[in-house]
Amino acid sequence: MESKSTEIKGKERYKAGVLKYAQMGYWNGEYEPKPTDIIALFRITPQDGVDPIEAAAAVAGESSTATWTVVWTDRLTACDSYRAKAYRVDPVPGQPGQYFVYVAYDYILFEEGSIANLTASIIGNVFSFKPLKAARLEDMYFPPAYVKTFKGPPTGVVVERERLDKFGRPLLGATTKPKLGLSGKNYGRVVYEGLKGGLDFMKDDENINSQPFMHWRDRFLYCMEAVNKATAETGEIKGHYLNVTAGTMEEMYRRAELAKQLGSVIVMIDLVIGYTAIQSMSEWCRQNDMILHLHRAGHGTYTRQKNHGVSFRVIAKWMRLAGVDHIHAGTAVGKLEGDPKTVQGYYNVCRESFTRMDLERGVFFDQDWCDIRKVMPVASGGIHAGQMHQLLDLFHDDVVLQFGGGTIGHPMGIQAGATANRVALEAMVLARNEGRDIANEGPEILRAAAKWCKPLEAALDTWGNITFNYASTDTSDFVPTPAVAAE
Amino acid sequence: MSEAAVLPAETPEKINLAEDFETSGVAAILRELDEELIGLAPVKQRIRETAALLLVDRARKKLGLAHDTPTLHMSFTGNPGVGKTTVALKMAGLLHRLGYIRKGHLVSVTRDDLVGQYIGHTAPKTREVLKKAMGGVLFIDEAYYLYKPDNERDYGQEAIEILLQVMENHRDDLVVILAGYADRMDQFFASNPGFRSRIAHHIEFPDYTDAELLRIAESMLKHNEYSFDPGGQEAMRAYIAARRALPHFANARSIRNALDRARLRQANRLFEAGAPVDAQALSTLTRADIEASRVFAGGLAHERQAG
Amino acid sequence: MRITQGCFSFLPDLDDEQIRAQVEYCLRNDWAIGIEYTDDPHPRNTYWNMWGNPMFDLKDAAGVMMELDACRKANPDDYIKLIAFDSTRGFETVRTAFLVQRPKVEPRFSMTRTDVRGRSMTYTLSTVQP
Repeated sequence: MESKSTEIKGKERYKAGVLKYAQMGYWNGEYEPKPTDIIALFRITPQDGVDPIEAAAAVAGESSTATWTVVWTDRLTACDSYRAKAYRVDPVPGQPGQYFVYVAYDYILFEEGSIANLTASIIGNVFSFKPLKAARLEDMYFPPAYVKTFKGPPTGVVVERERLDKFGRPLLGATTKPKLGLSGKNYGRVVYEGLKGGLDFMKDDENINSQPFMHWRDRFLYCMEAVNKATAETGEIKGHYLNVTAGTMEEMYRRAELAKQLGSVIVMIDLVIGYTAIQSMSEWCRQNDMILHLHRAGHGTYTRQKNHGVSFRVIAKWMRLAGVDHIHAGTAVGKLEGDPKTVQGYYNVCRESFTRMDLERGVFFDQDWCDIRKVMPVASGGIHAGQMHQLLDLFHDDVVLQFGGGTIGHPMGIQAGATANRVALEAMVLARNEGRDIANEGPEILRAAAKWCKPLEAALDTWGNITFNYASTDTSDFVPTPAVAAE
Repeated sequence: MSEAAVLPAETPEKINLAEDFETSGVAAILRELDEELIGLAPVKQRIRETAALLLVDRARKKLGLAHDTPTLHMSFTGNPGVGKTTVALKMAGLLHRLGYIRKGHLVSVTRDDLVGQYIGHTAPKTREVLKKAMGGVLFIDEAYYLYKPDNERDYGQEAIEILLQVMENHRDDLVVILAGYADRMDQFFASNPGFRSRIAHHIEFPDYTDAELLRIAESMLKHNEYSFDPGGQEAMRAYIAARRALPHFANARSIRNALDRARLRQANRLFEAGAPVDAQALSTLTRADIEASRVFAGGLAHERQAG
Repeated sequence: MRITQGCFSFLPDLDDEQIRAQVEYCLRNDWAIGIEYTDDPHPRNTYWNMWGNPMFDLKDAAGVMMELDACRKANPDDYIKLIAFDSTRGFETVRTAFLVQRPKVEPRFSMTRTDVRGRSMTYTLSTVQP
């Protein structure tokens, strides 16, 4: 788009008073991002009558050096280089009144290795800014120089698989249910049954911490008894994500230490503990050979609506930099929000060495991950064995499939539920590798396995027809290129 | 998946061999063979016959008539540079199109790739090669070097035994082509009857005639955007006759070597002339470029090594 | 007890035709295939015996099947697994692994609990051969 106001230079620029953001130099339509710039893509909805370019400049200004008025102290700095530059504004296809705004930030603006510092700028003030009705951070690009200031996942997909000695198929998990109320002893029973039946992992839920009905030490002790017993009885490495989320860092470290002493391979945290706490736990896991599982509790408050908030793909990028090994990234076919292509975009951000621009999947930038490790996405929420072909077809091997209700709610019991899921998974992987078209032949493959596997038959009879077909709120807005449209 | 699952439930009543010939891709490969290889009429004829045999065999199988899995191991005999490796490549493609080998690649080896230097080294080496060749064709050039009758403890014998075993037990998995000079191959088969009995197709490669070699030379040049002028062509004809009389003559390979050296001389000639050159000059080989060859002076040491 | 290591342990044991199909899948992905065997399937027994080096540059499963047959003959009552190695940067690890032979009677694992502080426990697993 063309700007209506141009940058003012020289003496006039620093006269006391109020200038437009574009006039202050926060818009430059000619600007070519430098290889060291960090780029943010916002979707903005300006108030009626606000020039989109001026709104874009305001976003750039408010997320970098600007304040509402001219300050002479700018002149003590190399302020041109500190100003973020909005350099491109495109109307959002099919969404009148919304614009995609590209803003470039010089990397001097950010402290090394700190998601807290990055987000304090990028999503600090700007989302409350009055001239905008709404704003959403859609995507970000990080130059290699910045990526390399982060250590990334402490374990990563490759090492996690080597530690667990599990290759060639998605991992299987289940969240212990009911989420709240079980005593430690009863809780451990569920964990044991699930693992013995064939799951790789059981999991605490996001809000299981240390409540009156089950203090955290009890939970840890009983769960690790269950994990070790199931390992001995199957000859397979098993795990339980022990949620160490607590009110203070000190308490989280204390809980993580006990998990380590008891021989757990994995600990878990919630997104709500905050970016700094996540980075601290990542560091602890690095020091202690521990896999770090992140539950994205709370993200729906700001990721779901298309016009305002932060896209989950940005959260996924931040978390890969911050350093988690697992992240809940959606199921596409389950009970929680997620358009399949958009969700695949999140998975690619987590798992690829180099993510290519892919507008259909909501990925706006090429991103070189500079060899930082890969995050294992977790698909959890309302999925069951009858969807195994869809899940494998959408997400391939490097994913944890979590069947909570689909395991514990099985009519023949928890072990049978776990077995049904494992058999369905292995049968599907086998068939895919043999070259069969699982997306179409999936139900047939499952039925064939159910002929010799009672638990799977029961699972299919119980849930086979359950689907969650609601329109997604968060889909990609893009104009298909002719090649894509022709498909 | 079992084979039964992919075969049609009903056997057809008639099979159109001509159509089969085209749709299987065999026709295309035979056409390529004709176009790419100059001369070799008897070889081409033998390959056409083999293809026909295999097509008929396949048709018999489809109609449910009695058929044996044919033995497909072959020997290619002839002097160096007569196109044995090239024909082997085409043969691999042919057998693949007809469904007699699953992948259709060619693994080309000599004794050194199969036989080790010390005890216990040979078996793994031979097996390694065999595993890589499975699904395709194993081409063993100068196969008779595997057998050294004067040395009882030669490790070649071990390779021979493994080869024979695999040629017998893995007939569905790979086809072996043994290649080399006709006379030495005959001796080799005489001393190793195991090979003789396992090889069904013996294909002899005649030497190229002088006229064929000249055509080969011209086609090689054309491929690199060079050509002879009339003087160059005449000199080349003379070169071919003279070269054939010298030891270590290797048909097309000798021609390729001669042309490489002629191009070197041409470059030198153009450079030393010091005059500006046009495209014509850059792509023409003249009498001088050929006649400077030592072949005309009776041949020298490097000539023999190049053989 | 039936140990459930490897990719397909919950399915009926694969026959040779099924194994061959999995090997073809690995070869299509350009993975090298190794054969390993052991009599001790302890879950922390990472290094089983190698039946030769992983096989690189194979075009067809027949080569792997030939080695597998030889390994079965030499170790008729051991566990044998196939392992596919991927050399792609960013992976450089095993991409799939599955059992292709089990002993007639499988070992089990005993779990020893040792009390440490309070109710904390140390767990030790050992293989118990039949």
